[in-house]
Amino acid sequence: MRSLWKTLDRTQWRDIALVCLAVGVIGLSYGAIAVTSGFAWWFPVLMGALVLAASSEFLFVGIIAAGGSPIAAVLAGLLVNARHVPFGLAVPDVLGRGWKGLIGTHLMNDETVVFAIAQDGLPRKRAAYWACGLGILICWPAGAALGALLGSVVHDTDALGLDAMFPAVILALILPALKQRELRRTSLAGVVLALVSTAFLPAGLPVLIALAALPLFTAAAATQGADQGTDRGADR
Amino acid sequence: MKNAVPTLIAMLALAGGTFLLRLAGPALRARVTFPERAEKLLEASAIVLLAALTATAALTEGHGFAGLARPIGVAVGGVLAWRKAPFLLVVLAAAGTAALLRLAGVR
Repeated sequence: MRSLWKTLDRTQWRDIALVCLAVGVIGLSYGAIAVTSGFAWWFPVLMGALVLAASSEFLFVGIIAAGGSPIAAVLAGLLVNARHVPFGLAVPDVLGRGWKGLIGTHLMNDETVVFAIAQDGLPRKRAAYWACGLGILICWPAGAALGALLGSVVHDTDALGLDAMFPAVILALILPALKQRELRRTSLAGVVLALVSTAFLPAGLPVLIALAALPLFTAAAATQGADQGTDRGADR
Repeated sequence: MKNAVPTLIAMLALAGGTFLLRLAGPALRARVTFPERAEKLLEASAIVLLAALTATAALTEGHGFAGLARPIGVAVGGVLAWRKAPFLLVVLAAAGTAALLRLAGVR
C-alpha cells in the first residue's frame, strides 16, 4: 500500500479522488431512482458492490421497474458489460495475481481502465488502476446508500447537470491518447458507427459496434510497418 | 418490492456474469502471448470503446437524442481539458454548463 501511495503524485491523487467523488454523486441518483422505483434500500447498495458497473445497474433497475422480466434485465445488463472483455485484453498487467488478481478483475470498469491507460509505465498504471478501483468500490455503493436514504429528494439530478459529468471525465482522460493521428481517426469512425447504431440497437451493442472501425487502425499501422520494412504478413 | 426473490437471483446472475466477462480478457492473455502489434491493437480498441462510450453517453438517451444541454456541457468540459485546464474545473464546468442551460430552459 505504501508503494502505491508513493507511485502517484499529488495531482494524480486529486484527479482520482475527484473521479471517485463524481462516481459517488452519480451513485446518489442511482440509489434514489432504485428506491423510488420500488426497490428495498439495500438492493442498489448490494448490487453496486457486487456488479460494480454503473450503466448496467441503471438499466437493470429501469427494466425491472418498467415491469420487464428479470431474465431480460440480466441479459441487457450483460450486453452492456460485454465491453469488459476487450478492456481485460487491453490492461491485463495491472490486475495482479492470485486472489489479489480476482479483486483486481472485479475493479475493472470504464474509469479504472481509462486511468491505467492514461499513465506512463507499469507501476504508475497499476497504482492508478488500484487507487481508482478501490475508491469506486467504496464510493459507488456508499453513494447508492445515501441516495436510497434521501430517496425522492435527489431524484432530479439532471437539473444539476450530473449526467454531463461521466462523459466529460472519460473524454478528458482519453484526450492525450487521441493526439495520435491514426487512433483519432479510428476513434472518430467508431464514434460515428456507435451513434448511428444507437438509433436501432439495444443498449451496449452500439459501443461494441465501434470496434468495427479497428481495421482503419491496423491498416494505418500496417502501412507504417511496410514503410519501415517490417513484415506485414504475420499478424495475430 | 414485487418478485423480490427472482429479482435478487437475477442481480446475482448479473454480478456473476459480469465477473466472468471481466475475467475473460486476463484469462486469455495468461494463456496466449500476443505479438507487439496485436498488443497495440488491443490498447487502441480500449480507446475506441471509451470514445464511443463518451459519445453515446453525451449525445444519446435510450434510442434518441439526449437534448442540447448535456452535449454542450460535455463539449465545454472537453475544450477545457484540451486546453489543459485542471481536471476539477473540467468536471465542474461540464455539470455547471448543463445545469445552467437547463435552468435557462434549454433541454
